[in-house]
Order: sequence, then C-alpha cells, then structure tokens
Amino acid sequence: MCRRLHLFCLALVLPAPLLALEFNMPTGVTDTSQSVFNLHMTIFYICLAIAVVVFGVMMWSIYHHRKSRGHEAAQFHGNILVEVIWTTIPFLILVAIAIPSTITLGDLYDASESDIDIQVTGHQWKWHYKYIGEDVDFFSVLATPREEIENRKKKNPNYLLEVDNPVVVPVHKKVRFLFTSNDVIHAWWVPDLAIKKDAIPGFINESWTRIKEPGVYRGQCAELCGKHHAFMPIEVKAVSESEYETWLADQKAAQQAAVAAADKDWSLEELVNTGATVYEKNCAACHQADGSGMPPTFPALDGSSIVQGEKLEHMKIVTNGRVEKGMPAFGKQLTAVDIAAVITFERNSWGNKTGDRVTPAEIQDLMDKQ
Amino acid sequence: MRHWLKPSSPSGLILIVVLMFGFGFALVPLYDVFCEVTGLNGKTKGAYQGDINALAANSDRTITVQFVANRNDNLPWGFYPEQEEIKLTVGERKQIHFSVNNSYNRAVVAQAIPSVSPPQAADYLNKIECFCFQRQPLAAGEAKQFPLVFFVDPALPEEISKLTLSYTLFDISERDASGVD
Amino acid sequence: MSAHAETMHHGPAKGFSRWILTTNHKDIGTLYLVFSLIMLFIGGTMAFVIRAELFQPGLQLVMPEFFNQMTTMHGLIMIFGAVMPAFVGLANWQVPLMIGAPDMALPRLNNFSFWILPFAFAMLLSTLFMPGGAPDFGWTFYAPLSTTYAPPSVTFFVFAVHMMGISSILGAINVIVTIFNMRAPGMKMMDLPLFVWSWLITAFLLIAVMPVLAAVVTMVLMDVHFGTSFFSAAGGGDPVLFQHVFWFFAHPEVYIMVLPAFGVISEIIPTFARKPLFGYRAMVLATVAIAFLSFIVWAHHMFTVGMPLAGELFFMYTTMLIAVPTGVKVFNWISTMFKGSMTFETPMLFAIAFIVLFTIGGLSGLMLAIAPADFQYHDTYFVVAHFHYVLVPGSVFGIIAAVYYWLPKWSGKMYDEKLGQWHFWLSFIGVNLTFFPMHFVGLAGMPRRIPDYALQFADFNMLTSLGAFLFGTTQLLFVYILIKTVRSGKKAEQLPWEGARGLEWSVPTPAPYHTFTTPPDLERK
Repeated sequence: MCRRLHLFCLALVLPAPLLALEFNMPTGVTDTSQSVFNLHMTIFYICLAIAVVVFGVMMWSIYHHRKSRGHEAAQFHGNILVEVIWTTIPFLILVAIAIPSTITLGDLYDASESDIDIQVTGHQWKWHYKYIGEDVDFFSVLATPREEIENRKKKNPNYLLEVDNPVVVPVHKKVRFLFTSNDVIHAWWVPDLAIKKDAIPGFINESWTRIKEPGVYRGQCAELCGKHHAFMPIEVKAVSESEYETWLADQKAAQQAAVAAADKDWSLEELVNTGATVYEKNCAACHQADGSGMPPTFPALDGSSIVQGEKLEHMKIVTNGRVEKGMPAFGKQLTAVDIAAVITFERNSWGNKTGDRVTPAEIQDLMDKQ
Repeated sequence: MRHWLKPSSPSGLILIVVLMFGFGFALVPLYDVFCEVTGLNGKTKGAYQGDINALAANSDRTITVQFVANRNDNLPWGFYPEQEEIKLTVGERKQIHFSVNNSYNRAVVAQAIPSVSPPQAADYLNKIECFCFQRQPLAAGEAKQFPLVFFVDPALPEEISKLTLSYTLFDISERDASGVD
Repeated sequence: MSAHAETMHHGPAKGFSRWILTTNHKDIGTLYLVFSLIMLFIGGTMAFVIRAELFQPGLQLVMPEFFNQMTTMHGLIMIFGAVMPAFVGLANWQVPLMIGAPDMALPRLNNFSFWILPFAFAMLLSTLFMPGGAPDFGWTFYAPLSTTYAPPSVTFFVFAVHMMGISSILGAINVIVTIFNMRAPGMKMMDLPLFVWSWLITAFLLIAVMPVLAAVVTMVLMDVHFGTSFFSAAGGGDPVLFQHVFWFFAHPEVYIMVLPAFGVISEIIPTFARKPLFGYRAMVLATVAIAFLSFIVWAHHMFTVGMPLAGELFFMYTTMLIAVPTGVKVFNWISTMFKGSMTFETPMLFAIAFIVLFTIGGLSGLMLAIAPADFQYHDTYFVVAHFHYVLVPGSVFGIIAAVYYWLPKWSGKMYDEKLGQWHFWLSFIGVNLTFFPMHFVGLAGMPRRIPDYALQFADFNMLTSLGAFLFGTTQLLFVYILIKTVRSGKKAEQLPWEGARGLEWSVPTPAPYHTFTTPPDLERK
C-alpha cells in the first residue's frame, strides 16, 4: 500500500519539472505554420482588445451604476447612431482580420510541383505510409508499451506520441501528402507542420509541407475513428537530404530482407518471442493482452477452439481475416515472419499449450497459393 | 393565401416540416450536382462523350500523373497499378493497367471508386475507358488486368503540374447479390 | 379485492394522472423543467466519468470503448434532453403569461410532445445495456463510423432521435401558433417581450432544421439496414455528404440552444438595472440576422475535409459575419446596464456571468472561423472549450437565471438569496476552472474525444477535472435550493423584483392554475 502511494505521488510530481507548461499553439517549423501562428496571435490580440473594452465598460458601469451607491436609473432606451456605429466598427475589424486570413489560406493551397509524394492511409488504428514511385511502404503503429498505458510502468516523456516506424522526410523539400482511409474517417494532424486533413474512405485529399529544421514532430489522429482513436499517433522525422537518401535505400533493402527472412529456419522460442511483440502491437487492442478478448465482438484467443485446433485454419484467419466480423487480413499488413511468429505465440500462450510451430515458409506458401 | 397555408397555422407549419424533410433528401442529388460543378471531393465524370479521334497531343506541356490503388477494409486482394507515376503531355491519350487478384476463397464483386487530387483537376481528367464504369466480378483466386484509357484536357489550369488518380476497391458482393444499388 | 384495488388505483393515481393527462401550460412547463433537470444530472454523471478518466494520463477507470459511449451520450443527453426541453419548459410557462394568453394554442398536442420525451430517452439510455454497448460515434455520428462500423444499438439511437425530433417540432409549432394567434388584444408583434421574440425565431429554426435531422438519421438507418449507400463511397455515395446534411441541421441547432437564453437575459437585465432595454428593435433584428446567417455557415465545421479554396473562403466570411449581430446584442445589454440602478440578486448575477462568459465563447468562435487557423484548432480541446463556454455559462446559466427570476411567480415562494449567491459563485468558479484550461490544452495539441493523453497535457487536465467536480457537485445545491423554496420558502410578494415589468407580473402570486381567462386590458397598464 505504502509503495503504491509512493509511486502515485511520484507519478504526480515527477513529470512536472520535466515538462514546462504548454498553453499556446506551437510556432512550428514551416513557413505556413509560422504564418498560421502569427494569424492566430493577431486574432487573439484583437479579441483580447475587444474583451478589455467591452468588459471594461461593463465593469465600470457595474461599479458606478448600482443602487447601493444611490445611482438613479436613467430612462433612455435607444439611439440609432450608436447602433450604426457598433454595427460598423465590428464589421471593419472583421474586414481587417479577413485580409491576412485570406492571404494565408491562399498560400496553403499552393499547387506548385512537389519533390516527394507520400500517400498516407488511415487504418483503424494505425497509419500506413507509401512513398509513391519508390517501392517503400510501411505501417506506423503506436510504440508506447501497454504497461505504461495501464499504469504498471512509469510513462516515458513521449507517452502516446511515439511510433515504431516514423515517416521520414527531408528538410527544405516540398513534400506532398495524399490522404485516404481504409475504413472510417481519420484526420492526420501534426501541429508543428500546421497540417490537419481528413482521411476519407474512397476519396483522396492533399496537403503539403516544406520543413525548415531537422527534428521529430509529433501529432495525433484528430477525428474520432472508434475505440482506439487516442492511440494512433504520428511521428514525422525530418532529416537532411543525404540522410533521407540513405534511409530510403535502407528501407528498400529492409523490405527485401524481410522476404529473405522468411526462408530462415526459426526456432519455437524465437517465434514466440517475436510473436509477443507483434501480438502486443497488432492484436492486443481487441483480443486483449491476456487473450481474453471482448466477447461477443472480439472473441477470446485463450482457450479458443481455432487457436487450439487445426493449424491451417488459424493461419487462414490471421492471413485473410474475417472482414465481415472486423478481423483485418494481416497477410497484407504484416510480413510472413510476423504472421508466423504471432500465430506460434498465440498457440503457445496463456492456457494454449499446443507446442505447435508455424514457420514463415508455411505462411509464404499459403499466401502464394491464394 | 389560403388560410391553412399560412405559416401561422398548424397545417401551414406542418407543410414546412414536410418540405424540409424532403429538402434533407434533396440535398443528396443537389450535392452531386454541386460536386460535379466544383470538382469537390475530386469526383470524376463518367465516360468521355466527345470525339475520341479528334484528340491529338497538340501541346508540349508535360505533366505528371500518379496512380494510387487502395483496397478498402483490408480486403485480401492484390490491387496495384503497373506504374505508379507517368509523365505525359496534355491532350495525349494514354492507356495503363491495374492488376488485381482475388486471393479470397470465394467469388467477389468489386467496385472501384475514383478520386482525383487536387480536386480542381478532376474536371480535366477524361476517361475514355475505365474499369470503374462497371462492377467487376472476380472468381475465387482469379487475377485480372484492369484497363484505363484517359487523357488530360489541355485546359488544365497552368499551376497544376501533378495530379493523382486514386482508385479504391470496395467489396460489393453482398450489395450485388441483394440486388440493391 | 376489486373494491380495494379500486381505491388503491384511484388514490395515488389521482395526483399522478394530473401530470399524465394535463393540458395546462403551467403543468407541462413544470414537467419539461423537471425532466430537463433529471437529464442534466444523468448527462452530468457521464461528464463525471469522462473527467475522472481524464484526471490523469493512463487508462484508469473505463475502457476506451466505454469512454466513447460516455462522450456520445453526454452530448446527446445534454443537447436534446437537458437544454432543449428546459427552454420548451420556459416557453410553456412564460409565453402565455407574457402575451396574456390563457394557455398554449394546442394544449393536447402540448401534452403529447412532452410525453414523447421520457420514452425517447428511456430508449436511448437502454442502449447502454445492449450487447455492443451504446452509440459510440460521437453526438455528431459521422458516417461511416455510425453506419458500417456502428454498434447494433445505432437503430435505437435513430428511433430515439426521431422521437426527440417529433417532440421538438410539435413544441415549436405550438409556440408559433400561440404567439401568432393568442396575443392579448392590442399587443402588436413589436410589443412582444424579447423572450417571446427569441422563442418565435427559435421555433422557426426548429421546424426548419429538425426535419433535416430526421432526414439524415433516416439515411443512416437506410444505409445500415436497407443496403442504400447515401454515405458509402462503395455504392456511389459520399461520407462527406453526411457532414454537409448533418451540419445544415446542427449549426442552426447551436442557435436554437442559445437564442432563448438571449431572450431570458434581455428580460432580466432591464429588471435589475431598473431601466428599459436598450435598442429593442435592434435586438429583434439582430436575432433575425443570426437566425438567417445560421443557415449559410454550416461548413465551417468541415474546414479540414478538403473543400476548394472558394468554399473555405465563403464559409469563413459568412461565419465571421455572425459576430456583427451577436456583438450588437452584447452592446445593447451593456447599454441597458449603463446608467441604470443595478442590484445583484442571483438572476442578475447569472445574467451578467452569461454576458461575460458567452462573449468569451463568442470570441473564441471568431478565432475558429478563421479557416487557416482552424486547421490547428479543429477537433481539439480548443473547440471543446469554445462550445462549452457558449453552452454551459451560455445556455445553462441562462436557464438557471430564468428559473431564479420566475420561480417566485411560479411557486409563490422566494428562494433563499444567500444560498442562491453561493450557488452562483461556486458555479462561476467551477465553470471557469473546468473550461478555461481546455483552451490551453487544445492549443498545445490535445485532440478531443480521447480517453488518454500525452504527458504535457496532464496538469491542465487535472485542473479541468477538479473544476468539473466542483461545478457538478454545486448543482446539487441548486436542487436543494429549489426543493427548499417550494417546501418552505418565504412567501413571495406580488412583484418580487422592484424593476420587473411585463404581463407575467400582473397575475397573482403564485400564478393561479388558470390565468388570463379574460384577456388583459393593455391600455390600463
């Protein structure tokens, strides 16, 4: 008890000195984000000035024109001139606000040729990035461990804002993002880039950025997209052009290596260990970390007749999914190694003790046959 | 005005309610018209109705067209363009293919939904032949090449030099079987 | 046995059937207000759950799917169950009294439109116990989250919304017909009290947009059950279409929830300033202008869906224009106070807080109208702060002010002024503590509708939660004050407020069951 209380207090106190209180919009790292920030501050100051004048008059009146101070009520009840004045002045203020807003908005719609095009696809509940014309694509999934979310471990400073594979872009290049969705509407939002755009199933939207400084810029899905809406962050890593080229080459190599890894002979232990990580990232959200699921929507895997039954049936479900029941086809999302590992993990975890080993080669074989 | 039509009588008010309920539904076709006019949402038009033979690449203005293929709902299908990016001159007639394979163990009916970005370019992308015009039945395990023949109207606004045509493949087997559209 | 059952049945049923069968505008007004108070506490309990989960980062109390059900139900219940019925209740009590009518024009319809509501909300609340849970797609129910990906309870949600819509439409028809046909002889439209004017305009908004809501939920129902594709790209539909139809309803809906409060404030300020309302004609025109503009601004809720530049500009400009008539209203209220002889009883305190805090909400609304900046604000806690500022210290404070203001006339008893002042100050502190920090976390990047958040938002969220607990508990004091007033309040005077004018104060205190059975003589007054 004492220890838990101590931990609780620690959790309360520790982050405070680490994190300066943030209470304004970030200035961001692009020209557009900076002009959006300036626009925001301009309007804010105008609103503040209006509030000071309006509330000032009101407070002054409340202080002076009160019955307890013996003030007698005047009986005037209208004046056309003042009505006209206080209709006109706000209108002119609005025009003054509208001009810079229109200019900034026009800049955001700039359609000049881009250097790099990245397709961003929202999935329940992860992002998929595809570098058009480059043969590089990957999923980007929340990297925060479940222990932190469930308060069993101290939260790291990037809690809920970290992913396994950040989207990497070069600085000073015009990057064009194309947004679409695989299921419901999501919204891709990175405050430092001042981009927020809806990803809509069946349609594409676009937006662009030209980042000025290398760094890691974090964001989140902004449109309610179901259960794990809070758990699909965005991490943009801006690097120099040469670093970007190296990264791109590495990615291409890695995707080829993944195909090669399927040929290696994997031991049961290796598969279970890899599978545990894959499970946490891709399966635990619905089937739960302890395999208990959330019946009736998400069946339990612990003690499941499919998991304990015929290997092939289990492989087919994970690879092809059960779309009508909300189970995605992981054959299109994960490598053969990952699928083999996670199936092996499921067949040898919790109460399931089949001792079965599913190899990447078996998965590759299944996918090739289809 | 007849007395029961006055907006101060219950019957007149109920009439307004009924009309507004109808207006809610009327927004559906109105929206389509609106999209067509403004190119909102990057909706493309149907098949090109003009004279195909009159088309000639009469300009040296080169633009980039990108192709994006998506499968909705993680369907276990392969679906990809043979090229992700091509360069062509405006007015030039071009044919490309999309490969699709149905790795389902059952027959499916697919429908491809096009979308163009930037949306103001949608009006200038003319499709002469497209697999998206019809629903596409695929037998279990069947692989197919989907053709697309198109050209970009030379009137494409000067500032647009790159446009993206996206197709999202939806499984409409159930809808197709029940006979509703 | 039959004799016994007969007595058992007739005894308590007599008192009870008064409420079930009543066609009296005062009884129905009371029913609406009590119903709304109950809904306020149910919706408030859900807000409690939300704020308790958000007290600290990490998942503590509820699972994310239940959290989504809570945010959805909180929104639906507060909008359709608490705020709207409360205003209909006020209209029922006050419109006949203020225009010198003996009752509402369509009394039986009036009874029916109230009694739909308990069934509608029983149905909506029952979804919490269904397999798959209650609606979890937000009160805005964007497709396809509310169609293809919805829990089975979406069907019940649709029927419940239909019932609420019918109730509102019938209530609105009743208000319009009453105001047009039942005014005391000699009372011209431009003699109407502002509360009545605001309600008339609100009622027209209601009959114009509630049918559109009915249409959009019907389309959702058809997409879910009948294989249509209004909102699914697969069949040639478009999810963005949903948002256009929905916001065509929902933006005027925002004004439906605040115009009657404007009316209440326009009654209270002159009374306690002992000075006639400044610029009556301008106030009426401003209200009409707001109502008109509310139909052409809807897509400012959709700046991020990818509209063409011209569309963004159009909706940005029209939205900014709303600031003009709204500003006129605020300036007129302040001019009414200016050079008055003010006292600060509880209704006045709530009214002043309304003006200040609603204006803050209005100014953040102006910021949200700026499309390029909205790309940063959209769907963050900044928006949550904005609309709670216009709805809680706006609409809800307006309702509370109205209740304190007219309660002496309704009940014949005076509330405890000291407790009223406590209620005000605790609410005022609570509401600001709850909603002001939301501006900061929103600007710093916290999206709305999330059960867990990054660490840099922790401090302000804790503050917000504490404020919410304070504000919520304070409302128990409100219930206590109401019960105490009705049971053992001091007898109220015929004219409880020195500066009050208007027909409603000319009837005896408490207002008898039947008033103005003969029309008042306006000349003598």
